[in-house]
Amino acid sequence: MADRILLAHGSGGLENQCLIRDIFVAGFENHILSTMDDAAVVNIGTLAVSTDSYTVDPLFFSGGDIGKLAVAGTTNDVSMRGARPLYLTVAFIIEEGFEIDLLKKIVASMASELQTIGVQVITGDTKVVPKGAVDKIIINTTGIGELVCDCAVSHIQTGDQLIVSGPIAEHGACIFAAREEISVHGLRSDCRSLWPGIESLLNKKLHIHAMRDATRGGLSAVLNEWAEQSHHLIHIVENQVPISTPVSGFCEMLGIDPFTLACEGTFVLSVAEQDCQSTLEVLHQAGYPHAALIGTVMEKHAHPHVILQSDYGTERLMEYPSGEILPRIC
Amino acid sequence: MGSQPLTTDKLYSGYRNPDIIRAYSHKIHQAAQDLDRPVNIMEVCGGHTFSIVKYGLDQLVPDSIRFIHGPGCPVCVLPQHRIDASIALASMEDTILVTLGDMIKIPGSRTSLQHARAEGRDVRFVYTPLDAIKIATENPHKKVIYFAIGFETTTPMTALLIEQSRQLKVNNLFFHINHVLVPPAIELILQQGGHIDAFIGPGHVTTITGTGIYEPFALQHHKPVVISGFEPIDVLDAVLKILLQLCDNKAIVENCYSRSAKPEGNLKAQALVSKYFETREDFIWRGIGTIENSAMKLRDEYVEIDAEQQFSRYCPRATQEKTSGCLCGQILMGHAQPKDCALFGKGCTPSSPQGSCMVSNEGACAAYYRYRRY
Repeated sequence: MADRILLAHGSGGLENQCLIRDIFVAGFENHILSTMDDAAVVNIGTLAVSTDSYTVDPLFFSGGDIGKLAVAGTTNDVSMRGARPLYLTVAFIIEEGFEIDLLKKIVASMASELQTIGVQVITGDTKVVPKGAVDKIIINTTGIGELVCDCAVSHIQTGDQLIVSGPIAEHGACIFAAREEISVHGLRSDCRSLWPGIESLLNKKLHIHAMRDATRGGLSAVLNEWAEQSHHLIHIVENQVPISTPVSGFCEMLGIDPFTLACEGTFVLSVAEQDCQSTLEVLHQAGYPHAALIGTVMEKHAHPHVILQSDYGTERLMEYPSGEILPRIC
Repeated sequence: MGSQPLTTDKLYSGYRNPDIIRAYSHKIHQAAQDLDRPVNIMEVCGGHTFSIVKYGLDQLVPDSIRFIHGPGCPVCVLPQHRIDASIALASMEDTILVTLGDMIKIPGSRTSLQHARAEGRDVRFVYTPLDAIKIATENPHKKVIYFAIGFETTTPMTALLIEQSRQLKVNNLFFHINHVLVPPAIELILQQGGHIDAFIGPGHVTTITGTGIYEPFALQHHKPVVISGFEPIDVLDAVLKILLQLCDNKAIVENCYSRSAKPEGNLKAQALVSKYFETREDFIWRGIGTIENSAMKLRDEYVEIDAEQQFSRYCPRATQEKTSGCLCGQILMGHAQPKDCALFGKGCTPSSPQGSCMVSNEGACAAYYRYRRY
């Protein structure tokens, strides 16, 4: 096999078959995929389905890579709806000339992440596009899961307690620093699959009203979306939100708001008040030692928004992320 | 002997200590009571406006103290015809326009750099001006134009970029200079106003210039000027010092940012700036108008790298500003507050700004929209 992806690898001929057989079927090995039929046949109950496309620069970063991200990101969305992720579809759009060794590394990373959550790739697609038509590689994944517990924004209620599962902004800060070639010791993406932790929570039958992973737009996007969609005011205590020292230092240096930076393995929960303590305990046991209570869902409001309270008593809005992330001038 | 690496939080966490902040707030309330009259304090620098609104520092002082937000946001004061120039330069053949990030959304008379980029112009945003050298050397067959903006704080960075590009004999890098100066703007405000009681001086400008540039405002106009950093305690300390001066009927220049700003400033930076730049006769400030001697330009001997000279036919002359009915000009002069503007949060938002104060993070309208719109 050549050491770079050629347009021929996407043409439907022999090279295409070799690529599918040697890299994808071998990498994602399971009996559904191995049939190589036109469509996969599966049989499950009430479905939760989510799709997402991944493009990240650099492809490999501290704490993960585009492959791990493409598995964790989509299955996390399925998990957040209270569903057990079972299957994944994968489509690759690859730039002509992409190194095959890198593709193998990405597939191996995906396979390893799939194994940790017990999810199978059941169908896929590959397209190769001329050089310059995409930046290296884009991966689309669709996750399919079985509903276990109906978690949704519409269930959020006045008095709910808001919990974040761990330190925020880790992924965004790590990628931002890598892209700008700024070396900061201790920056590492939080990219990981959330299902194992979610499963522990759901097993306890706690009154979890809503969950959402704080991906693009970060904690601020989740809370502002929840406020807007549920029509509730949300009150957050600033110094309760966990942020690591390297991340807060990095954000201070560049004048970036850490509340708006992406996470890829950190989520927010809206929990009935009586189950708040138990939820925190389960999270602390399930690999989220820094999970913390950060605020409260307040009354319904005509202009729902998120209030951030400082530890010296002042209040301001937690802003809705908008536009490109830009550092300050001076 | 091993030493612990310095973590960045050490640089600011002390300046946000809640107990100290509360203690300052208490002392400010006492001093304001002693003074027993309303006080208008103008923070000249957009960085201070941002700190005051973000940290809610106005909530920690009595109602008698009013913060008036000044003209110290470099992109806010840039007139439309110069933004139009940046877009026209980016539209020349084989050209890359390089500038700082805040320029991206600012509306010119017709469009913005963001839209020019979407239409295929090569517009790049850098964190440090020195990145322009890398871009120029990687693209030897293109003209690379550095569109320089900012107050006295960023001018030395542009001067250093010029110095290094000349040393490295980079001959495809040109400069469009829009650096502006703080003192002439304060002077104009004092001449036109009379409603400002004291100034919080810009800490980073002072780090470069030294404290001497504010002496006339204390001596001739009898206004206290207290130079401050940008953390909550820095600003509260400056407010307290201003009130104490007013109580004593004093007006002097005080430096509360001595950890960065020295009385003489940064002499190396000053030398570098005067090597390459001289004062312009006048410069139009958006929403304010023409201010004499209020900006910098390249010295005549550097005409060959001056984009305004080399590509003059692409640089539109100053024209009447198109106004959208927003109050930016009055806000920049301290005559109005963002929420006084009918467009605030309605026709004018950070994603679709009508006026320049809504564009930059340091613009007063953007700060209020982000943190105070309800």
